[in-house]
Amino acid sequence: MKIKTLVAQLPLAVAVAAASTGVSAESLTVVSWGGAYTESQVEAYHKPYTAETGTKIISENYSGGVAEIKAQVEAGNVTWDVIDLEKADVIRACDEGLLVEIDPADLPDGDDGASAVDDFVPGGLEDCGVANIVWAKIVAYDESQFSGNKPSKMVDFFNTKDFPGKRGLKKTPKVNLERALIADGVPGGKVYEVLSTPEGVDRAFAKLEEIKEQVVWWEAGSQPVQLLADGEVSMTTAYNGRIYNAAAVEGKPFTIIWDHQFAELDFFGIVKGTKKLDESMKFLKYATDTKRLADQTNYISYAPARKSSIALVTDKMMPHMATAPENFGNAVPVDHAWWADNQDELNERFNAWLNK
Amino acid sequence: MSTSVPTADNMQVNDPQLKGKLKKAERFLKIRALLLVAPLVLFVLFTFVFPLTEMLYRSIHNPILVDNMPQAAALIREWGQVELPGEDIFSEVGKALVIAREQKTIGRIGNRLNSEHSGMRSLTTKSARKLGKYTGDDYKTYMLGLDKRWGEMETWSAFKVLSSEYTMTHYLAAFDMQYNAKGEIVPQPEDRQIYIDMLLKTLKLSLMVTVFCVILGYPLAYLLSVLPSSKSNLLMILVLLPFWTSLLVRTSAWIVMLQSKGVVNSLLLYLGIISEPLDMMYNQIGTVVAMTHILLPFLILPTYSVMKSISPVYMHAARSLGATPAHAFIKVYFPQSLPGLSAGAILVFILSIGYYITPALVGGRTGQMISNLIAYHMQTSLNWGLGAALAGSLLIVVLVLYGIYNRLVGASQLKLG
Amino acid sequence: MSLPVHADALERFTYYGVRFFCALVLLFLIVPILIIMPLSFNAEPFFTFTEGMLKLDAEAYSLRWYQNIWDSQEWRLSIKNSLIIGSCATVLAMTLGTVAALGLSQRHMPFKGAIMGLLISPMIVPLIISAASMYFFFTKVNLAQTYLGVIMAHAVLGIPFVIITVTATLVGFDENLTKASASLGANPRYTFFKVTFPLIRPGVISGALFAFATSFDEVVVVLFIAGTEQRTIPREMWSGMREQLSPTILAVATLLIVFSTLLLLTVELLRRRSDRIRGVVE
Repeated sequence: MKIKTLVAQLPLAVAVAAASTGVSAESLTVVSWGGAYTESQVEAYHKPYTAETGTKIISENYSGGVAEIKAQVEAGNVTWDVIDLEKADVIRACDEGLLVEIDPADLPDGDDGASAVDDFVPGGLEDCGVANIVWAKIVAYDESQFSGNKPSKMVDFFNTKDFPGKRGLKKTPKVNLERALIADGVPGGKVYEVLSTPEGVDRAFAKLEEIKEQVVWWEAGSQPVQLLADGEVSMTTAYNGRIYNAAAVEGKPFTIIWDHQFAELDFFGIVKGTKKLDESMKFLKYATDTKRLADQTNYISYAPARKSSIALVTDKMMPHMATAPENFGNAVPVDHAWWADNQDELNERFNAWLNK
Repeated sequence: MSTSVPTADNMQVNDPQLKGKLKKAERFLKIRALLLVAPLVLFVLFTFVFPLTEMLYRSIHNPILVDNMPQAAALIREWGQVELPGEDIFSEVGKALVIAREQKTIGRIGNRLNSEHSGMRSLTTKSARKLGKYTGDDYKTYMLGLDKRWGEMETWSAFKVLSSEYTMTHYLAAFDMQYNAKGEIVPQPEDRQIYIDMLLKTLKLSLMVTVFCVILGYPLAYLLSVLPSSKSNLLMILVLLPFWTSLLVRTSAWIVMLQSKGVVNSLLLYLGIISEPLDMMYNQIGTVVAMTHILLPFLILPTYSVMKSISPVYMHAARSLGATPAHAFIKVYFPQSLPGLSAGAILVFILSIGYYITPALVGGRTGQMISNLIAYHMQTSLNWGLGAALAGSLLIVVLVLYGIYNRLVGASQLKLG
Repeated sequence: MSLPVHADALERFTYYGVRFFCALVLLFLIVPILIIMPLSFNAEPFFTFTEGMLKLDAEAYSLRWYQNIWDSQEWRLSIKNSLIIGSCATVLAMTLGTVAALGLSQRHMPFKGAIMGLLISPMIVPLIISAASMYFFFTKVNLAQTYLGVIMAHAVLGIPFVIITVTATLVGFDENLTKASASLGANPRYTFFKVTFPLIRPGVISGALFAFATSFDEVVVVLFIAGTEQRTIPREMWSGMREQLSPTILAVATLLIVFSTLLLLTVELLRRRSDRIRGVVE
């Protein structure tokens, strides 16, 4: 009987499999967001680091948030060493005591001799994180879905009459409320002031309500690209690097609207309780030095977070960076401190609004 | 099936000595049976029941202030919520914030307070930084000068809610209620009410899924039960194959079928039945269709096994006594098949109100269910207390239904294939 | 039941109506599952049949998505994990469950209903609640993010199935057989392995297959308590489906369908065998 042999062979198979899953001591687990972004990091940081030090880098993906880090730290079973986080998550995780504090004095100087504190872009050094890239939350559209008039302003996202088609939006109030207010006529610089009043919040939700029925909500960074590619939406909010990759590498007819982009930073942090603290620190310093940050721009259009690296970006890549002067014109900085205070209430209201 | 077996109770035993021996033997058998079950029961208690209880405890347990600023928490508990607290509370809270900053617990305290009242995070972290340098002893004046929010009742009410080790605040939130600044229970502002709606929607969708399963499953179960076994066995495979196929496989199958450029839309467009793709995915339609598909075998199998045991004699009798086929079916056949049908329907209903994966993947904005909100609070907002309170409420609904199910059919009567 | 010769129009209508309706239901059940199989051989990264596929043009078909699975370290690890976790959880659930079922089916078992209710409850409690509970508790006792933790969690979820199938086999089990064995001088262990077990074996094995399938398909608990080293096939599918629904998912799905068909056929064979052994007449 076949079952019998199957059952008889199971323990053996298990033993063999278990033996081969052992992770070598000379390795470091680096966690990031997956897709084109992780690939750029593998090329720019992981491979050269392994070549120089012999330490193998295991690349893991996650989709943001601090829940998984919290679970590991509280379990005392930390398997992630270095992690790539959004600013809001760096602040939150640091608050909760989940990340190792990093002294900026330990970081290498820029190639031009500037100290790390001077070399990183403003806001690029958090208590528990070192910025690696500047990216942007932008609006992108599929050229092939607009035969005549093409959208050119962020406001056009809310104009479904002149620019028909479904819209992709991230399932979160953050930045969406800001966009709605700007589309409703609030100047970029006044957004948080207006949002701090109950009327301002109502106004933002009212604007979102106008397009609610046309929206496909996404959660992970690779989804909006997929939504555009599948023709599920004609326009979507997205991260600039992912759209660049779809357009430049895969030849998709996607265009970024830089108008009213929301510039953001990503950070490397080290999970508290890692068994490889020294190695993690070594990798973090290596990956955020002038040369590595500059090199990463060859693989994805995210700008380096060091001023000394910006000087090394090629002319070919420069126009695709969020920080290029022609793209940065009316960029809106996200106010993370404001969000830390208001996210509980606004998330609740947003969820309730979604459900209605 | 049980034949009557002699036991101490049902046998007319007059010999007291024999009676004692029998009792002893019986006790031995009882203990032996218990010992056989014990390892599994202990295992289930450890890996399942105990964690469940502990998680539910989180819905009322509220130790953050009691653990991190005990003196201040004790004073705030006594505060009447009528007027601003006095200097004693101000100075205790002020000192506690400074200590919390040194011990790096200020972020956690601030985040927890912030979920009761927006802005508390920045208020506490900023004030703690400045209070660290304060050397005077008039904390009240100093803190009121630092930030006007220290003079607001809402600020202190947030402290008050968190000052006791046990709280109802999460259960209130789970039913769209809250404490106001005076400590009274009031409804949440309308634009933040969601959980009752969500619970009702979950019940509505589950009911729809159950009804669809009954409509689709009952005739099929009937047909399977009356066909000759050579045919029914073959058709049964078609029912069982989906049952054995991975949930995620079936969910992705429905995405392939129903998305706007999916198989169904392409076919309908090709045939010229529609001119615009229909929205069948990422909404309630997607959730209900996929869940009906996934849960249908759970209705068919128990219904089928009951129908299989219904003798055709009754129907023949009813017909020969002059009943119309419809009449005979309604009066004679249907009541006999009801135990199987109700068992299946309740099982489908129980399983669907706890569904998470399918709504998360195909539900879009409108097809989300209560489980998705629980997951959101457990994984994203990290408001574990609220997540636990929602879980507790859902669990009560499920257990009540399970109780009914158990009463109706008995847990041991579950049939699987 | 066949259509009587003297059936009137209404009866005829009902007879064929029911059959037609059932055919539709069966199509509803099976078509979605079958349709992803050819699509997994799509040469293009789409989920619709391309013109080439409809014309059966060989160029329109490819094995590239299967190649993707094979080339991907993550998928290979997940397949290995699913097999390890599934088989260990099955062995655990099967051992504990079979022994308990033997106890439960004895006449003298006290609190039978309550214990049965308790043991079936992991199947009834919404998975999200079980998963969150285990996440907190396993974190505290250092079982989170370990193979053992996931195995224990999956074993608990599989236990209801083992209990249900094994107790079902034990209904109608003739206790006189074990008594006869004992009276002929066999010790209890010998009796179990030589008399009891062969009779309940089909139930035990199909219970085990159910438990294995449960673990093999489970994703919610894995989402909460597994670390990246314990990622299973459904966990990879979950992130694939949430992030980028590539036809690789369909290729994995196809492999899983083939696998579940094999499981199903095994269970069916066993069930019939068991019925035959126990003398249940079809």
